[in-house]
Amino acid sequence: MKIKFIDLGFKKATTVIALSVVALVFLLVLSMAYRAMPAIQKFGWHFLFTGTWDPVKEVFGALPFIYGTVVSSALALLIAVPVSIGIAVYLAELAPVSVRQPLTFLIELLAAIPSVVYGLWGIFGLAPFLRGSIQPFLSKYLGFLPVFQGEFYGVGMLTAGIILSIMIIPTISSISREVFLAVPFTQREAALALGSTRWETIRLAVLDYARPGVLGAVILGLGRALGETMAVTMVIGNRPEISASLFAPSYTMASVIANEFTEATSNLYLSALIEVGLILFFVTLIVNIIARALIWKVSSKVKGELRE
Amino acid sequence: MCTAAFLCAFLTLVPLISIFGYVFAKGVVSLNLDFFINLPRPVGEVGGGMSNAIAGTLILIGLSCLWAIPLGIIGGIFLSEFGDNKLGTTVRFTADVLNGIPSIVIGIFAYTVFVLPMKSFSAISGAFALGVIMIPTIMRTTEEMLRMVPRTLREAALALGISQFRMTVSIVLKTALPGILTGILLAIARIAGETAPLLFTAFGNRFWHQNFTQPIAALPLQIFVYAISPFDDWRRQAWAGAFVLIVIIFLISFISRFVIGLRYKFPTSK
Amino acid sequence: MKKLLLVSIVATMAAVFMSNAALAGRLLLINGAGATFPYPLYSKWFYEYTKVDEGVNFNYQSIGSGGGIRQILAQTVDFGATDGPMTDEQLKQAPGEIFHIPMTAGAVVVTYNLPQVSERLRFSPDVVADIFLGKIKKWNDPRIAKDNSGVNLPGENIIVAHRSDGSGTTNIFTDYLSSVSVDWKSRVGKGTSVNWPAGLGGKGNEGVAGLVKQSQGAIGYVELAYAVKNGLPAADIRNKTGNFITPSIETTTAAVNGKADSMPSDFRVSLVNPDGADAYPIAGLTWILVYKDQPDKVKGRKIVEFLRWAITDGQKYSTDLLYAPLPESVVKKVEEKIDKINY
Repeated sequence: MKIKFIDLGFKKATTVIALSVVALVFLLVLSMAYRAMPAIQKFGWHFLFTGTWDPVKEVFGALPFIYGTVVSSALALLIAVPVSIGIAVYLAELAPVSVRQPLTFLIELLAAIPSVVYGLWGIFGLAPFLRGSIQPFLSKYLGFLPVFQGEFYGVGMLTAGIILSIMIIPTISSISREVFLAVPFTQREAALALGSTRWETIRLAVLDYARPGVLGAVILGLGRALGETMAVTMVIGNRPEISASLFAPSYTMASVIANEFTEATSNLYLSALIEVGLILFFVTLIVNIIARALIWKVSSKVKGELRE
Repeated sequence: MCTAAFLCAFLTLVPLISIFGYVFAKGVVSLNLDFFINLPRPVGEVGGGMSNAIAGTLILIGLSCLWAIPLGIIGGIFLSEFGDNKLGTTVRFTADVLNGIPSIVIGIFAYTVFVLPMKSFSAISGAFALGVIMIPTIMRTTEEMLRMVPRTLREAALALGISQFRMTVSIVLKTALPGILTGILLAIARIAGETAPLLFTAFGNRFWHQNFTQPIAALPLQIFVYAISPFDDWRRQAWAGAFVLIVIIFLISFISRFVIGLRYKFPTSK
Repeated sequence: MKKLLLVSIVATMAAVFMSNAALAGRLLLINGAGATFPYPLYSKWFYEYTKVDEGVNFNYQSIGSGGGIRQILAQTVDFGATDGPMTDEQLKQAPGEIFHIPMTAGAVVVTYNLPQVSERLRFSPDVVADIFLGKIKKWNDPRIAKDNSGVNLPGENIIVAHRSDGSGTTNIFTDYLSSVSVDWKSRVGKGTSVNWPAGLGGKGNEGVAGLVKQSQGAIGYVELAYAVKNGLPAADIRNKTGNFITPSIETTTAAVNGKADSMPSDFRVSLVNPDGADAYPIAGLTWILVYKDQPDKVKGRKIVEFLRWAITDGQKYSTDLLYAPLPESVVKKVEEKIDKINY
């Protein structure tokens, strides 16, 4: 009897604690929604589609920040995805055993560097380098494209995109590598038996098979890029404007909160910033759910086939 | 194409080497005893240090652990022992959601539930935000580690007639402890460098902290403020701070690797 | 080994908390936040004041004037600081009466990064406005050249740097631009945060000075001390009487003196574009914001003691840091105001 009583209490107690975590997330959404209400009521859907951010006249529209977040993250993916897949293929399929461990370790080190240190390096290392050599080069040879026109500031959308790509490479590459390693060996053997070259084997047997998992890894990386704050704030130039040029300064949802949250003078201003936070929350939420679903799909597929 | 894959792997080492090169070259030469034992000097004056910020970061980590570790572990126990149902799936899903929330959003959350009602920026609000970030990591690793404890071990214990509670705490938890510790250390390594959620919670302090209900300095916060400043001496100290911060984080990561090494000493179910 | 690890973690944490407990209660911590404009002076004051009164520490975070106003309204700090006075509407929102205590005066300078130009540049008001409006895009624009004959201006693009946070420096600067440019007034207006037509945003006076220092061809506006301390040039600006004035303590003092006799009782006064022949046109007062009725008696007394010290003994630190000390007549009025704070 006594044992049963203790166990019941044990179960109840752990359940309550676990549920408190669920409650925490609900509290987060509710408290932010409550504080964002004035802005939601005042601007409605216009908040998402207007580009004026004018604290003097108290007119707020989040479009430039949404644009900045989306474009900087897209740029990051554009660079990080091919590189990460390359890394994962190399580490899982090609690298000599003696190289695998140390190289994996080194690339994972990138994930351990704090965001603020990336920002510091961005200000003093990357931005001057881009302004001095990469931007003039792009402008000279690809200047006919609108994305590579305009003045060179060093800081701006391009710099933010590059920093973000470096920050998400470890995420995408390590998950992709794990997904590749999970591909059953029989797949590769079958491809080899058909007379495929090494690259054909990788492409047919591994990449095709692992596609949903890699997609999941990419979307998880996207989730990280969307919410990244400090490094981006330090190098993006903090200017709420939509410009076609990647050289131009921009602004993201996370960085406008970081810069203006403590100094928003009016209640409506603060409320608008919290609404930006709420939008960021929902966007990352959706992105993460998609990513989890995809990764879960590929891992259960592998498990299922092993069982057969 | 295979060459391209090779190039990708080694090209990624370029930024890594560049970042470490900068932090090392600019950080190490800027380190001196003052940096570790002195308070910041008035703006624009040369000298002073970040002793209060280093201590502040350690205190914030300690305070966050104080509530996030128990919550995370107990949550993990629930998931592994009683979580094979709808409720468990919900909790697991929520933890994953929490893990994906940008840290700046968690900062806003801490501001609305702690700073505004308490009418003060404080160490507690900062530790709350950091703890929220730690919980999902601790919870999910605890769950995974507990699940790795072989069923035979549990059955043997229960056959002796002890309660499930005793079995979980003194047999299962103890067996899985190194793995759980790894999860905790990983969570600590992650929050040690967090800046965004501290901007409007811990807020920063130019002096020694005295009270958890008061603003407190933190190393990443101080690096941020000094990095964007125009003062050469502050920029120098920002690099020194970055170096110290990276050393702290890597130390924690190395310890966790060392603990992983211990994990292989107990039989796994695989 | 595991045990050793656990023990050492627990021991570290215990040590940290013990040290905390030992320190607790010995010192009173008073928190303030706001303007970055007077930050060099304030941080000097708070540093020196630890020697005057060892029982109290003033923790000041320079988050911008907008932040100072916001946080004093939310009562999350014990005092705020701003160099753009609070509007009537903001004062109405406050849970109690708020006093503006003027602490010092400073100049907002137009600074730039052109290593190839060794002469100090000179600007007419309309040129400054049009640069920040994004209408003048090149350094060798004829309108800039007109005021700087003999200077070999480069053909580089102008990179405008401005504040990304709510700022009293911005308030002084946009107040000035609104008073000299109709176009600015209608398109942008004045305030602690405005909708900038051009350029890069930096956080705080520190951030703007940092951006200018970091980017060749940049132009920005910062408090005088930030320019001088960082070896950045400060341009001469043409004032109302047509003279080009170099920003300095003397020319800022001239701007303050012009208003000393007509100082309103709440001290909320703008110093931009004064009449004096040798007055620098972009100057402003900076205020500490405190509640008339202090909610915490002990802290209230310490704040009042500090304020008295700052406007008397503390003024001697102003000139070293390039701020203009308050004129005697103003100090008298300020002391009377401080006496009205209840604690």
